[in-house]
Amino acid sequence: MFAADFEYRKAGSIAEAVQLLSDNPGAKILAGGHSLIPLMRFRLARPEVVIDIGGIANLRGITVGGDTINIGALTTHSEIAASADVQRSNGLLAEASGGIGDPAVRNRGTIGGNLAHADPASDWATVLTALGATVSAQGPSGARTIAVSDLIEDAFATALAENELITTVSVPVLAANQRAEYAKMAHPASFYAVVGGAVVVTMDGNRCTAASVAVGGLTPRPVKAPSVEQALAGTTLTADSIGDATSRLGEDITAAGVDIIGDVYASAEFRAGVAPVEVKHALMHAIGLAHH
Amino acid sequence: MPNKVPITITVNGRSHSAEVEPRTLLVHFLRETLNLTGTKIGCDTSQCGACVVKMNGVTVKSCTAFAVQADGAEVTTIEGLADGGNLTAVQEAFWNNHGLQCGYCTAGMIMTVTEIIERNPNPSADEVRAGLEGNMCRCTGYNNIVRAALAAAAAGQGG
Repeated sequence: MFAADFEYRKAGSIAEAVQLLSDNPGAKILAGGHSLIPLMRFRLARPEVVIDIGGIANLRGITVGGDTINIGALTTHSEIAASADVQRSNGLLAEASGGIGDPAVRNRGTIGGNLAHADPASDWATVLTALGATVSAQGPSGARTIAVSDLIEDAFATALAENELITTVSVPVLAANQRAEYAKMAHPASFYAVVGGAVVVTMDGNRCTAASVAVGGLTPRPVKAPSVEQALAGTTLTADSIGDATSRLGEDITAAGVDIIGDVYASAEFRAGVAPVEVKHALMHAIGLAHH
Repeated sequence: MPNKVPITITVNGRSHSAEVEPRTLLVHFLRETLNLTGTKIGCDTSQCGACVVKMNGVTVKSCTAFAVQADGAEVTTIEGLADGGNLTAVQEAFWNNHGLQCGYCTAGMIMTVTEIIERNPNPSADEVRAGLEGNMCRCTGYNNIVRAALAAAAAGQGG
């Protein structure tokens, strides 16, 4: 399968990439290509102009400063998984990136490209929503910060303007009393999330003082679960209390006003049934009652 | 007028310059322009791993990269591993352990196993299997492939 013909432009800098986006409405950004190239080969996307940002060195790399991990948009999933800084300051990022696709896919796929593509089955979208991460988006008149939970608006749709480019993903460093986990039912060939649940719990001994919970894969965009979070906060976490809390997940998905995805691989009913199980697994891992 | 872009790619240590349509995939460039047909096209959707090559030091699925993205890169294919008639430790181990049946997946398997051992010179069988998640053998000959990987690691060279 060949992509439709396109004009190839290579951007040497962030500013040049933004200029090329402004000059070529409908152009697509090419980073690692692991979302865009399959779309183009299936002719689901036929951009007339493709802007390759792969050579922009300052879009790549990981720095930890204070309470924040800053990850350049072009940083690959493999680089994130292997980063000692990431492993030390937010183990969930390392774990989640190591579960995306397979090793060769992780060697090319990028965190910025993954978010900009906004596939409902993205692990990053769900994990970064639970972690309260933000992206920096560069446009012609400057940069702005967008919460990942606001960035992903719908399946394959983001809050980015046509001439904006994600440059950095910023993620909080986990505090010593925080635990974060992600559990997913993965498609057996692609390893995309059929259903994924991400949790961050702040603990005082065995008692949870605050929780952040998000699910994805089964919905067009990640859904936060405030009912589950409220049920966890102030509770001593046990298998029973976790089960009580996660049983409220359906209310949160209904309240979010999104449809549950059903397809040839997994029906909507099935996914709805699996979602609280994955969140429960993530919570059980987080407090050491279960292991990967 | 054909829309072509000039590229220069170093493949197996030799520099190649060509003009390619931007939509040309790296695997097509390797197989059809350079006639390096050891790299195979399997699923064509970045799942099966038959097309795995090394690019700038890491394995990539060459069906999911445009050749223009490899401009300036160093690529190693299965043809670039052996030094003349001297097979690498991984190739030797695949031979000795019958780590193949029909052979279609073998080039990708060997490229991936080579990277597994580079990253972890002493992997467990589970780590080898996890590392081969993105390489499929439709003959289901996985056990001997894993044996071959462990034997190559034990040989202590890893390719």
